Amino acid sequence: MAEPVLSLKGLRKNFGGLRVTDDVSLEVRPGEIHAVIGPNGAGKTTLIHQISGFLRPDAGQVFLGRRDVTRLAPEKRAQSGLARSFQITSILPAFTALENVALAVQARSGSSFRFFGKASGEAGLNSAAMAKLEEVGLSERAEVPAGVLSHGEKRALECAIALAMEPKVMLLDEPMAGAGHDEGQRLISLMQRLKAKIPMLLVEHDMDAVFRVADRVSVLVYGRIIATGAPDEIRADRAVREAYLGEEQATGDARHA
Amino acid sequence: MLRSPRLIPILLFALLAAVPLAGLFIRDGYLLSLFTRVMILAIAAISLDLILGFGALVSFGHAAFIGIGAYAMGILASHGQEGLLAGLVMALAASALFALITGAISLRTKGVYFIMITLAFGQMAFYTAASLRAYGGDDGLTVARRSLVFGSRLLENDRVFYYAVLASLIGVYLLCRMIVGSRFGRVLQGAKQNPQRMQAIGFNPYPYQLAAYVIAGMIGGFAGFLLANQTEFVSPAYMSWQRSGELIVMVIMGGIGSLHGAVIGAAAFLLLEEWLSGFTEHWKVIFGPMLVLIVLFMRGGILGFLARISGAKNG
Ligand SMILES: Nc1ncnc2c1ncn2[C@@H]1O[C@H](COP(=O)(O)OP(=O)(O)O)[C@@H](O)[C@H]1O
Ligand SMILES: [Mg+2]
Repeated sequence: MAEPVLSLKGLRKNFGGLRVTDDVSLEVRPGEIHAVIGPNGAGKTTLIHQISGFLRPDAGQVFLGRRDVTRLAPEKRAQSGLARSFQITSILPAFTALENVALAVQARSGSSFRFFGKASGEAGLNSAAMAKLEEVGLSERAEVPAGVLSHGEKRALECAIALAMEPKVMLLDEPMAGAGHDEGQRLISLMQRLKAKIPMLLVEHDMDAVFRVADRVSVLVYGRIIATGAPDEIRADRAVREAYLGEEQATGDARHA
Repeated sequence: MLRSPRLIPILLFALLAAVPLAGLFIRDGYLLSLFTRVMILAIAAISLDLILGFGALVSFGHAAFIGIGAYAMGILASHGQEGLLAGLVMALAASALFALITGAISLRTKGVYFIMITLAFGQMAFYTAASLRAYGGDDGLTVARRSLVFGSRLLENDRVFYYAVLASLIGVYLLCRMIVGSRFGRVLQGAKQNPQRMQAIGFNPYPYQLAAYVIAGMIGGFAGFLLANQTEFVSPAYMSWQRSGELIVMVIMGGIGSLHGAVIGAAAFLLLEEWLSGFTEHWKVIFGPMLVLIVLFMRGGILGFLARISGAKNG
Protein backbone atom coordinates (compact mmCIF):
# COMPACT_ATOMS: atom_id res chain seq x y z
CA MET A 1 0.00 0.00 0.00
CA ALA A 2 1.17 3.54 -0.75
CA GLU A 3 2.76 5.38 2.12
CA PRO A 4 0.42 7.70 4.02
CA VAL A 5 0.93 11.43 3.47
CA LEU A 6 -0.18 12.15 7.01
CA SER A 7 -0.20 9.91 10.04
CA LEU A 8 -1.06 10.43 13.67
CA LYS A 9 0.33 8.06 16.26
CA GLY A 10 -1.16 7.85 19.73
CA LEU A 11 -2.07 11.53 19.98
CA ARG A 12 -3.30 12.67 23.41
CA LYS A 13 -4.44 16.01 24.72
CA ASN A 14 -6.06 17.05 27.99
CA PHE A 15 -7.59 20.38 28.88
CA GLY A 16 -7.30 20.27 32.66
CA GLY A 17 -9.16 17.13 33.61
CA LEU A 18 -10.96 16.92 30.28
CA ARG A 19 -9.54 14.36 27.86
CA VAL A 20 -10.12 15.89 24.43
CA THR A 21 -7.84 13.69 22.35
CA ASP A 22 -7.53 10.15 23.57
CA ASP A 23 -4.94 7.96 21.88
CA VAL A 24 -5.85 8.97 18.35
CA SER A 25 -4.04 7.24 15.51
CA LEU A 26 -5.09 7.61 11.90
CA GLU A 27 -3.70 7.97 8.42
CA VAL A 28 -4.46 9.90 5.30
CA ARG A 29 -3.28 8.04 2.20
CA PRO A 30 -2.54 9.40 -1.24
CA GLY A 31 -5.64 10.06 -3.28
CA GLU A 32 -8.15 9.70 -0.46
CA ILE A 33 -10.52 11.81 1.51
CA HIS A 34 -10.49 10.65 5.09
CA ALA A 35 -13.44 12.09 6.98
CA VAL A 36 -13.65 12.50 10.73
CA ILE A 37 -17.15 12.74 12.09
CA GLY A 38 -18.36 13.07 15.62
CA PRO A 39 -20.80 15.00 17.76
CA ASN A 40 -20.15 18.55 18.86
CA GLY A 41 -17.40 18.72 21.43
CA ALA A 42 -15.95 15.37 20.38
CA GLY A 43 -12.55 17.00 19.88
CA LYS A 44 -12.41 17.34 16.09
CA THR A 45 -11.20 20.93 15.99
CA THR A 46 -8.70 20.27 18.76
CA LEU A 47 -7.36 17.40 16.68
CA ILE A 48 -6.94 19.65 13.62
CA HIS A 49 -5.13 22.23 15.78
CA GLN A 50 -2.67 19.58 16.93
CA ILE A 51 -2.02 18.32 13.42
CA SER A 52 -1.43 21.84 12.10
CA GLY A 53 0.70 22.88 15.06
CA PHE A 54 -1.54 25.46 16.72
CA LEU A 55 -1.82 23.20 19.78
CA ARG A 56 0.86 20.93 21.18
CA PRO A 57 -0.26 17.37 22.00
CA ASP A 58 0.57 16.01 25.45
CA ALA A 59 1.77 12.77 23.88
CA GLY A 60 1.98 11.09 20.49
CA GLN A 61 3.36 12.09 17.14
CA VAL A 62 2.37 13.69 13.87
CA PHE A 63 4.10 12.63 10.66
CA LEU A 64 4.03 14.41 7.33
CA GLY A 65 5.12 11.64 5.02
CA ARG A 66 7.97 10.15 7.00
CA ARG A 67 8.92 13.35 8.71
CA ASP A 68 8.08 13.81 12.38
CA VAL A 69 6.61 17.31 12.61
CA THR A 70 5.25 17.05 16.15
CA ARG A 71 7.49 19.83 17.46
CA LEU A 72 7.33 22.06 14.39
CA ALA A 73 5.69 25.52 14.46
CA PRO A 74 2.53 25.94 12.37
CA GLU A 75 4.24 28.06 9.72
CA LYS A 76 6.96 25.42 9.32
CA ARG A 77 4.33 22.72 8.81
CA ALA A 78 2.61 24.94 6.27
CA GLN A 79 5.89 25.36 4.42
CA SER A 80 6.28 21.58 4.44
CA GLY A 81 3.00 21.15 2.60
CA LEU A 82 0.27 21.07 5.20
CA ALA A 83 -2.68 23.36 4.49
CA ARG A 84 -5.73 23.85 6.68
CA SER A 85 -8.98 25.71 6.84
CA PHE A 86 -10.58 26.95 10.04
CA GLN A 87 -13.99 26.11 11.45
CA ILE A 88 -14.43 29.78 12.26
CA THR A 89 -13.62 31.52 9.00
CA SER A 90 -10.12 32.94 9.08
CA ILE A 91 -9.20 35.35 6.31
CA LEU A 92 -7.53 38.74 5.96
CA PRO A 93 -10.62 40.97 5.93
CA ALA A 94 -9.04 44.22 4.71
CA PHE A 95 -7.36 42.56 1.74
CA THR A 96 -9.22 41.69 -1.43
CA ALA A 97 -9.98 38.06 -2.22
CA LEU A 98 -7.17 38.16 -4.77
CA GLU A 99 -4.68 39.60 -2.27
CA ASN A 100 -5.61 36.91 0.25
CA VAL A 101 -4.71 34.20 -2.22
CA ALA A 102 -1.72 36.06 -3.68
CA LEU A 103 -0.18 36.20 -0.21
CA ALA A 104 -0.38 32.42 0.03
CA VAL A 105 1.32 32.19 -3.36
CA GLN A 106 3.96 34.66 -2.18
CA ALA A 107 4.67 32.43 0.83
CA ARG A 108 6.11 29.72 -1.38
CA SER A 109 7.66 31.77 -4.17
CA GLY A 110 10.77 33.64 -3.22
CA SER A 111 11.67 35.81 -0.26
CA SER A 112 9.14 38.10 1.40
CA PHE A 113 11.91 40.29 2.78
CA ARG A 114 11.55 42.47 -0.29
CA PHE A 115 10.94 46.08 0.63
CA PHE A 116 10.71 47.55 -2.85
CA GLY A 117 8.54 46.80 -5.81
CA LYS A 118 4.77 46.71 -5.63
CA ALA A 119 3.51 43.28 -4.60
CA SER A 120 0.17 44.08 -6.26
CA GLY A 121 1.99 44.51 -9.56
CA GLU A 122 3.61 41.06 -9.56
CA ALA A 123 1.98 39.25 -12.45
CA GLY A 124 3.28 35.90 -11.24
CA LEU A 125 1.51 36.20 -7.89
CA ASN A 126 -1.70 37.55 -9.37
CA SER A 127 -2.14 35.04 -12.15
CA ALA A 128 -1.49 32.08 -9.85
CA ALA A 129 -3.93 33.53 -7.32
CA MET A 130 -6.55 34.17 -9.99
CA ALA A 131 -6.32 30.56 -11.17
CA LYS A 132 -7.14 29.36 -7.65
CA LEU A 133 -10.04 31.77 -7.33
CA GLU A 134 -11.40 30.40 -10.61
CA GLU A 135 -11.08 26.90 -9.26
CA VAL A 136 -13.42 27.69 -6.38
CA GLY A 137 -15.72 29.88 -8.47
CA LEU A 138 -14.72 33.21 -6.95
CA SER A 139 -12.91 34.89 -9.85
CA GLU A 140 -15.64 37.45 -10.30
CA ARG A 141 -15.22 38.55 -6.70
CA ALA A 142 -11.44 38.87 -6.92
CA GLU A 143 -11.32 42.61 -6.23
CA VAL A 144 -13.83 42.59 -3.37
CA PRO A 145 -12.44 43.07 0.16
CA ALA A 146 -12.59 39.64 1.77
CA GLY A 147 -14.34 41.04 4.82
CA VAL A 148 -17.50 41.88 2.88
CA LEU A 149 -17.82 38.55 1.05
CA SER A 150 -20.80 36.38 1.97
CA HIS A 151 -20.22 33.60 4.45
CA GLY A 152 -20.21 30.95 1.75
CA GLU A 153 -17.82 32.97 -0.37
CA LYS A 154 -15.45 33.27 2.57
CA ARG A 155 -15.48 29.48 2.96
CA ALA A 156 -14.64 29.17 -0.73
CA LEU A 157 -11.90 31.77 -0.33
CA GLU A 158 -10.34 29.71 2.45
CA CYS A 159 -10.23 26.78 0.07
CA ALA A 160 -8.57 28.92 -2.61
CA ILE A 161 -5.98 30.06 -0.07
CA ALA A 162 -5.27 26.46 0.91
CA LEU A 163 -5.00 25.44 -2.76
CA ALA A 164 -2.59 28.28 -3.45
CA MET A 165 -0.19 26.70 -0.99
CA GLU A 166 0.07 23.71 -3.37
CA PRO A 167 -0.12 21.46 -0.32
CA LYS A 168 0.68 17.79 0.01
CA VAL A 169 -2.29 17.32 2.29
CA MET A 170 -5.22 19.48 3.34
CA LEU A 171 -7.13 19.63 6.64
CA LEU A 172 -10.64 20.99 6.31
CA ASP A 173 -12.58 21.87 9.47
CA GLU A 174 -16.28 21.82 8.56
CA PRO A 175 -15.85 23.59 5.21
CA MET A 176 -19.55 23.19 4.42
CA ALA A 177 -20.86 24.71 7.64
CA GLY A 178 -23.03 27.71 6.89
CA ALA A 179 -22.54 27.50 3.13
CA GLY A 180 -25.63 27.57 0.95
CA HIS A 181 -26.81 24.54 -1.00
CA ASP A 182 -25.18 25.51 -4.30
CA GLU A 183 -21.96 26.50 -2.59
CA GLY A 184 -21.96 23.19 -0.74
CA GLN A 185 -22.42 21.29 -4.00
CA ARG A 186 -19.60 23.22 -5.59
CA LEU A 187 -17.31 22.41 -2.65
CA ILE A 188 -18.15 18.73 -2.87
CA SER A 189 -17.36 18.52 -6.55
CA LEU A 190 -14.18 20.52 -5.95
CA MET A 191 -13.06 18.03 -3.31
CA GLN A 192 -13.80 15.13 -5.59
CA ARG A 193 -11.84 16.73 -8.38
CA LEU A 194 -8.87 17.54 -6.15
CA LYS A 195 -8.44 14.49 -4.01
CA ALA A 196 -6.30 12.60 -6.53
CA LYS A 197 -3.79 15.43 -6.31
CA ILE A 198 -4.33 16.59 -2.74
CA PRO A 199 -5.49 14.05 -0.17
CA MET A 200 -7.64 15.50 2.58
CA LEU A 201 -8.62 15.07 6.17
CA LEU A 202 -12.17 16.31 6.28
CA VAL A 203 -14.02 17.18 9.46
CA GLU A 204 -17.64 17.63 8.58
CA HIS A 205 -21.03 17.72 10.18
CA ASP A 206 -23.08 17.31 7.01
CA MET A 207 -23.53 13.51 6.90
CA ASP A 208 -24.83 13.41 3.32
CA ALA A 209 -21.73 15.18 2.14
CA VAL A 210 -19.42 12.98 4.18
CA PHE A 211 -20.88 9.75 2.86
CA ARG A 212 -20.73 11.04 -0.68
CA VAL A 213 -17.15 12.26 -0.80
CA ALA A 214 -15.24 10.29 1.83
CA ASP A 215 -13.24 7.20 0.96
CA ARG A 216 -12.85 6.36 4.62
CA VAL A 217 -14.58 7.62 7.70
CA SER A 218 -13.38 7.72 11.31
CA VAL A 219 -15.83 8.30 14.11
CA LEU A 220 -14.62 10.38 17.04
CA VAL A 221 -16.51 10.30 20.32
CA TYR A 222 -15.19 11.93 23.49
CA GLY A 223 -11.79 12.29 21.88
CA ARG A 224 -11.52 8.62 21.01
CA ILE A 225 -11.84 6.98 17.58
CA ILE A 226 -14.46 4.27 17.98
CA ALA A 227 -14.47 3.08 14.37
CA THR A 228 -12.70 3.58 11.05
CA GLY A 229 -13.88 2.17 7.74
CA ALA A 230 -15.49 2.65 4.38
CA PRO A 231 -18.65 4.80 4.48
CA ASP A 232 -20.92 1.77 4.12
CA GLU A 233 -19.24 -0.07 6.97
CA ILE A 234 -19.56 2.97 9.21
CA ARG A 235 -23.21 3.38 8.36
CA ALA A 236 -23.80 -0.23 9.33
CA ASP A 237 -21.68 -0.18 12.50
CA ARG A 238 -23.83 -0.64 15.57
CA ALA A 239 -21.59 1.15 18.02
CA VAL A 240 -21.46 4.11 15.70
CA ARG A 241 -25.20 4.22 15.24
CA GLU A 242 -25.72 4.21 18.96
CA ALA A 243 -23.07 6.72 19.73
CA TYR A 244 -23.69 9.14 16.99
CA LEU A 245 -25.70 8.43 13.86
CA GLY A 246 -28.85 7.42 15.68
CA GLU A 247 -28.86 10.63 17.57
CA GLU A 248 -28.10 12.61 14.41
CA GLN A 249 -30.89 10.93 12.47
CA ALA A 250 -33.33 11.49 15.26
CA THR A 251 -32.59 15.21 15.37
CA GLY A 252 -32.51 15.26 11.56
CA ASP A 253 -35.99 13.75 11.39
CA ALA A 254 -37.23 16.12 14.02
CA ARG A 255 -36.01 19.01 11.95
CA HIS A 256 -37.76 17.75 8.83
CA ALA A 257 -41.04 17.15 10.66
CA MET B 1 -11.67 64.90 -5.60
CA LEU B 2 -10.37 63.92 -2.19
CA ARG B 3 -10.84 60.32 -3.20
CA SER B 4 -7.69 60.38 -5.29
CA PRO B 5 -5.12 58.81 -2.98
CA ARG B 6 -2.20 60.82 -4.34
CA LEU B 7 -3.79 64.22 -4.20
CA ILE B 8 -3.74 64.87 -0.47
CA PRO B 9 -0.05 64.09 0.06
CA ILE B 10 0.93 66.16 -2.99
CA LEU B 11 -1.16 69.06 -1.76
CA LEU B 12 0.32 68.71 1.69
CA PHE B 13 3.91 68.78 0.53
CA ALA B 14 3.20 71.68 -1.82
CA LEU B 15 1.76 73.66 1.09
CA LEU B 16 4.80 72.90 3.21
CA ALA B 17 7.06 73.95 0.35
CA ALA B 18 5.24 77.28 0.21
CA VAL B 19 5.58 78.13 3.91
CA PRO B 20 8.96 79.92 3.57
CA LEU B 21 7.42 82.13 0.87
CA ALA B 22 5.28 83.68 3.59
CA GLY B 23 8.57 85.04 4.90
CA LEU B 24 8.72 87.29 1.86
CA PHE B 25 5.75 89.22 3.19
CA ILE B 26 6.02 88.87 6.93
CA ARG B 27 9.47 88.79 8.42
CA ASP B 28 8.90 85.80 10.54
CA GLY B 29 11.53 83.29 11.51
CA TYR B 30 9.00 81.98 14.00
CA LEU B 31 6.80 80.53 11.27
CA LEU B 32 9.75 78.83 9.66
CA SER B 33 10.91 77.30 12.90
CA LEU B 34 7.39 76.15 13.83
CA PHE B 35 6.91 74.37 10.52
CA THR B 36 10.39 72.88 10.60
CA ARG B 37 9.38 71.34 13.90
CA VAL B 38 6.07 70.16 12.41
CA MET B 39 7.92 68.36 9.63
CA ILE B 40 10.44 66.76 11.95
CA LEU B 41 7.72 65.38 14.19
CA ALA B 42 5.80 64.35 11.08
CA ILE B 43 8.76 62.18 10.13
CA ALA B 44 8.65 60.54 13.56
CA ALA B 45 4.86 60.15 13.34
CA ILE B 46 5.09 58.51 9.90
CA SER B 47 7.56 56.00 11.29
CA LEU B 48 5.18 55.24 14.15
CA ASP B 49 2.30 54.87 11.70
CA LEU B 50 4.36 52.29 9.82
CA ILE B 51 4.26 49.92 12.80
CA LEU B 52 1.06 51.16 14.46
CA GLY B 53 -1.16 51.62 11.42
CA PHE B 54 0.20 48.80 9.30
CA GLY B 55 1.38 46.38 11.95
CA ALA B 56 -0.95 47.11 14.90
CA LEU B 57 2.14 47.42 17.10
CA VAL B 58 1.16 50.00 19.69
CA SER B 59 4.58 51.25 20.74
CA PHE B 60 4.38 53.58 23.71
CA GLY B 61 8.08 54.27 23.64
CA HIS B 62 8.64 55.67 20.21
CA ALA B 63 9.98 59.00 21.48
CA ALA B 64 13.01 57.10 22.77
CA PHE B 65 14.22 56.86 19.20
CA ILE B 66 13.94 60.62 18.74
CA GLY B 67 16.04 61.02 21.86
CA ILE B 68 18.61 58.46 20.80
CA GLY B 69 19.04 60.10 17.39
CA ALA B 70 19.33 63.51 19.03
CA TYR B 71 21.88 62.36 21.63
CA ALA B 72 23.91 60.56 18.96
CA MET B 73 24.25 63.87 17.14
CA GLY B 74 24.84 65.90 20.31
CA ILE B 75 27.40 63.57 21.87
CA LEU B 76 29.40 63.22 18.67
CA ALA B 77 29.36 66.99 18.21
CA SER B 78 30.54 67.52 21.80
CA HIS B 79 33.58 65.43 20.90
CA GLY B 80 34.27 67.55 17.86
CA GLN B 81 32.67 65.26 15.31
CA GLU B 82 30.40 67.75 13.62
CA GLY B 83 30.10 66.23 10.17
CA LEU B 84 26.67 65.48 8.78
CA LEU B 85 27.54 61.98 7.65
CA ALA B 86 29.14 60.91 10.92
CA GLY B 87 26.19 62.22 12.95
CA LEU B 88 23.66 60.64 10.66
CA VAL B 89 25.33 57.24 10.61
CA MET B 90 25.68 57.31 14.40
CA ALA B 91 22.04 58.30 14.89
CA LEU B 92 20.79 55.55 12.58
CA ALA B 93 23.10 52.90 14.00
CA ALA B 94 22.28 53.69 17.63
CA SER B 95 18.53 53.71 17.05
CA ALA B 96 18.72 50.53 14.99
CA LEU B 97 20.59 48.76 17.76
CA PHE B 98 18.16 49.94 20.43
CA ALA B 99 15.21 48.92 18.24
CA LEU B 100 16.69 45.52 17.55
CA ILE B 101 17.27 44.70 21.21
CA THR B 102 14.06 46.17 22.66
CA GLY B 103 11.99 44.99 19.71
CA ALA B 104 13.27 41.43 19.95
CA ILE B 105 12.05 41.35 23.56
CA SER B 106 8.87 43.43 23.26
CA LEU B 107 7.54 41.57 20.22
CA ARG B 108 7.42 38.36 22.25
CA THR B 109 4.48 39.91 24.06
CA LYS B 110 1.08 40.92 22.74
CA GLY B 111 -1.55 43.56 23.27
CA VAL B 112 -1.41 45.56 26.46
CA TYR B 113 1.84 43.86 27.52
CA PHE B 114 3.49 45.14 24.38
CA ILE B 115 2.33 48.66 25.22
CA MET B 116 3.67 48.35 28.76
CA ILE B 117 7.03 46.91 27.83
CA THR B 118 7.70 49.49 25.09
CA LEU B 119 6.76 52.16 27.63
CA ALA B 120 9.23 50.63 30.08
CA PHE B 121 12.05 50.60 27.54
CA GLY B 122 11.21 54.20 26.66
CA GLN B 123 11.48 55.20 30.31
CA MET B 124 14.72 53.30 30.58
CA ALA B 125 16.15 55.40 27.75
CA PHE B 126 14.80 58.55 29.41
CA TYR B 127 16.46 57.86 32.77
CA THR B 128 19.67 56.76 31.12
CA ALA B 129 19.87 60.07 29.27
CA ALA B 130 19.06 62.01 32.43
CA SER B 131 21.91 60.28 34.23
CA LEU B 132 24.52 61.18 31.62
CA ARG B 133 26.38 63.73 33.79
CA ALA B 134 29.05 64.26 31.14
CA TYR B 135 26.38 65.28 28.67
CA GLY B 136 24.31 67.62 30.78
CA GLY B 137 22.22 65.10 32.72
CA ASP B 138 18.74 66.44 33.45
CA ASP B 139 19.55 69.81 31.93
CA GLY B 140 20.47 68.48 28.55
CA LEU B 141 23.25 69.32 26.21
CA THR B 142 23.77 72.37 24.05
CA VAL B 143 25.15 71.72 20.59
CA ALA B 144 27.53 74.34 19.23
CA ARG B 145 26.22 74.36 15.69
CA ARG B 146 24.33 72.39 13.11
CA SER B 147 25.97 69.49 11.32
CA LEU B 148 28.56 70.47 8.75
CA VAL B 149 27.97 69.48 5.16
CA PHE B 150 31.46 68.62 3.91
CA GLY B 151 32.83 71.24 6.24
CA SER B 152 30.39 73.95 5.21
CA ARG B 153 27.83 75.63 7.47
CA LEU B 154 25.13 75.38 4.85
CA LEU B 155 22.47 74.18 7.28
CA GLU B 156 22.89 77.22 9.54
CA ASN B 157 20.65 79.03 7.09
CA ASP B 158 17.12 78.38 8.38
CA ARG B 159 15.62 78.38 4.95
CA VAL B 160 18.12 75.86 3.63
CA PHE B 161 17.56 73.76 6.70
CA TYR B 162 13.80 73.99 6.19
CA TYR B 163 14.01 72.61 2.68
CA ALA B 164 16.47 69.94 3.77
CA VAL B 165 13.91 68.79 6.33
CA LEU B 166 11.12 68.95 3.75
CA ALA B 167 13.16 66.80 1.36
CA SER B 168 13.77 64.37 4.23
CA LEU B 169 10.06 64.24 4.99
CA ILE B 170 9.15 63.52 1.39
CA GLY B 171 11.91 60.94 1.18
CA VAL B 172 10.73 59.17 4.33
CA TYR B 173 7.14 59.30 3.13
CA LEU B 174 8.00 57.74 -0.23
CA LEU B 175 10.19 55.13 1.43
CA CYS B 176 7.40 54.07 3.78
CA ARG B 177 4.82 54.14 0.99
CA MET B 178 7.09 51.79 -0.96
CA ILE B 179 7.58 49.46 2.00
CA VAL B 180 3.85 49.29 2.67
CA GLY B 181 3.10 48.24 -0.90
CA SER B 182 5.92 45.70 -1.11
CA ARG B 183 5.88 41.98 -0.41
CA PHE B 184 7.19 42.78 3.04
CA GLY B 185 4.43 45.32 3.60
CA ARG B 186 1.81 42.77 2.69
CA VAL B 187 3.11 40.32 5.23
CA LEU B 188 3.20 43.03 7.89
CA GLN B 189 -0.39 44.03 7.18
CA GLY B 190 -1.49 40.41 7.02
CA ALA B 191 -0.01 39.80 10.47
CA LYS B 192 -1.91 42.82 11.74
CA GLN B 193 -5.23 41.52 10.43
CA ASN B 194 -4.91 37.88 11.37
CA PRO B 195 -1.66 36.37 12.66
CA GLN B 196 -3.18 32.90 12.84
CA ARG B 197 -4.05 32.96 9.15
CA MET B 198 -0.53 34.11 8.34
CA GLN B 199 0.96 31.17 10.23
CA ALA B 200 -1.40 28.79 8.47
CA ILE B 201 -0.07 29.89 5.08
CA GLY B 202 3.54 29.66 6.21
CA PHE B 203 4.53 33.05 7.64
CA ASN B 204 5.92 33.58 11.11
CA PRO B 205 4.98 37.23 11.81
CA TYR B 206 7.82 37.81 14.28
CA PRO B 207 10.81 38.48 11.98
CA TYR B 208 8.71 40.74 9.79
CA GLN B 209 7.43 42.70 12.75
CA LEU B 210 10.93 42.99 14.14
CA ALA B 211 12.27 44.29 10.83
CA ALA B 212 9.44 46.85 10.69
CA TYR B 213 10.18 47.87 14.27
CA VAL B 214 13.85 48.44 13.45
CA ILE B 215 13.01 50.45 10.32
CA ALA B 216 10.55 52.59 12.28
CA GLY B 217 13.11 53.05 15.05
CA MET B 218 15.76 54.20 12.61
CA ILE B 219 13.42 56.73 11.03
CA GLY B 220 12.54 57.92 14.53
CA GLY B 221 16.26 58.28 15.22
CA PHE B 222 16.61 60.23 12.00
CA ALA B 223 13.89 62.62 13.20
CA GLY B 224 15.83 63.02 16.45
CA PHE B 225 18.98 63.82 14.53
CA LEU B 226 17.11 66.56 12.67
CA LEU B 227 15.56 67.87 15.90
CA ALA B 228 18.96 68.20 17.56
CA ASN B 229 20.10 70.10 14.49
CA GLN B 230 17.15 72.42 14.51
CA THR B 231 17.19 73.33 18.17
CA GLU B 232 20.96 72.92 18.65
CA PHE B 233 20.00 71.37 21.94
CA VAL B 234 19.44 67.86 23.24
CA SER B 235 17.51 66.91 26.35
CA PRO B 236 16.02 63.86 28.09
CA ALA B 237 12.63 65.56 27.69
CA TYR B 238 12.69 64.52 24.03
CA MET B 239 12.05 60.97 25.11
CA SER B 240 9.60 61.33 27.97
CA TRP B 241 6.57 59.06 27.85
CA GLN B 242 4.39 62.11 27.22
CA ARG B 243 6.25 62.61 23.95
CA SER B 244 5.57 59.00 22.99
CA GLY B 245 1.91 59.52 23.81
CA GLU B 246 1.83 62.66 21.70
CA LEU B 247 3.17 60.76 18.71
CA ILE B 248 0.35 58.22 19.07
CA VAL B 249 -2.18 61.04 19.29
CA MET B 250 -0.75 62.65 16.14
CA VAL B 251 -1.09 59.41 14.20
CA ILE B 252 -4.65 58.78 15.35
CA MET B 253 -5.66 62.41 14.96
CA GLY B 254 -4.47 62.61 11.35
CA GLY B 255 -5.82 59.25 10.29
CA ILE B 256 -4.10 56.01 11.19
CA GLY B 257 -2.68 53.67 8.54
CA SER B 258 -2.33 56.20 5.73
CA LEU B 259 1.18 57.65 6.32
CA HIS B 260 0.23 61.15 5.15
CA GLY B 261 -2.38 61.20 7.92
CA ALA B 262 0.57 61.24 10.31
CA VAL B 263 1.82 64.44 8.64
CA ILE B 264 -1.61 66.04 8.99
CA GLY B 265 -1.79 64.87 12.59
CA ALA B 266 1.61 66.28 13.48
CA ALA B 267 0.69 69.62 11.91
CA ALA B 268 -2.74 69.76 13.56
CA PHE B 269 -1.30 68.82 16.94
CA LEU B 270 1.53 71.35 16.98
CA LEU B 271 -0.49 74.19 15.45
CA LEU B 272 -3.35 73.63 17.87
CA GLU B 273 -0.89 73.57 20.75
CA GLU B 274 0.73 76.78 19.48
CA TRP B 275 -2.56 78.53 18.97
CA LEU B 276 -4.07 77.56 22.31
CA SER B 277 -0.95 78.43 24.28
CA GLY B 278 -1.06 81.81 22.57
CA PHE B 279 -4.19 83.05 24.27
CA THR B 280 -4.24 81.40 27.66
CA GLU B 281 -1.63 80.04 30.00
CA HIS B 282 -4.04 77.30 31.09
CA TRP B 283 -4.14 75.93 27.57
CA LYS B 284 -3.34 72.40 28.66
CA VAL B 285 -6.68 72.22 30.45
CA ILE B 286 -8.38 72.79 27.10
CA PHE B 287 -5.92 70.91 24.93
CA GLY B 288 -6.12 67.59 26.76
CA PRO B 289 -9.90 67.14 26.66
CA MET B 290 -9.95 68.50 23.11
CA LEU B 291 -7.58 65.76 21.96
CA VAL B 292 -9.66 63.12 23.69
CA LEU B 293 -12.78 64.40 21.92
CA ILE B 294 -11.09 64.51 18.52
CA VAL B 295 -9.74 61.00 18.89
CA LEU B 296 -13.07 59.67 20.15
CA PHE B 297 -15.44 61.35 17.76
CA MET B 298 -13.52 61.84 14.54
CA ARG B 299 -13.39 58.26 13.40
CA GLY B 300 -10.55 57.82 10.95
CA GLY B 301 -9.08 61.11 12.20
CA ILE B 302 -8.93 64.24 10.08
CA LEU B 303 -8.49 62.18 6.90
CA GLY B 304 -11.58 60.14 7.70
CA PHE B 305 -13.49 63.35 8.34
CA LEU B 306 -12.36 64.80 4.99
CA ALA B 307 -13.34 61.61 3.19
CA ARG B 308 -16.79 61.70 4.78
CA ILE B 309 -17.55 65.28 3.84
CA SER B 310 -16.26 64.82 0.30
CA GLY B 311 -18.28 61.59 0.06
CA ALA B 312 -21.39 63.40 1.28
CA LYS B 313 -20.89 66.07 -1.37
CA ASN B 314 -20.42 63.59 -4.19
CA GLY B 315 -23.21 61.25 -3.20
N1 LIG C 1 -8.69 25.94 24.73
C1 LIG C 1 -9.53 25.10 25.37
N2 LIG C 1 -9.49 25.04 26.72
C2 LIG C 1 -10.32 24.19 27.37
N3 LIG C 1 -11.22 23.39 26.78
C3 LIG C 1 -11.32 23.43 25.43
C4 LIG C 1 -10.48 24.29 24.66
N4 LIG C 1 -10.78 24.11 23.35
C5 LIG C 1 -11.77 23.19 23.31
N5 LIG C 1 -12.09 22.76 24.56
C6 LIG C 1 -13.06 21.73 24.87
O1 LIG C 1 -12.62 20.55 24.25
C7 LIG C 1 -13.71 19.82 23.76
C8 LIG C 1 -13.55 19.55 22.29
O2 LIG C 1 -13.69 20.75 21.57
P1 LIG C 1 -13.56 20.80 19.97
O3 LIG C 1 -12.29 20.18 19.58
O4 LIG C 1 -13.81 22.17 19.56
O5 LIG C 1 -14.75 19.86 19.52
P2 LIG C 1 -15.46 19.72 18.09
O6 LIG C 1 -14.65 20.46 17.09
O7 LIG C 1 -15.48 18.26 17.85
O8 LIG C 1 -16.82 20.27 18.23
C9 LIG C 1 -14.97 20.61 24.09
O9 LIG C 1 -15.51 20.10 25.26
C10 LIG C 1 -14.43 22.00 24.32
O10 LIG C 1 -15.24 22.70 25.24
MG1 LIG D 1 -15.13 21.97 15.82
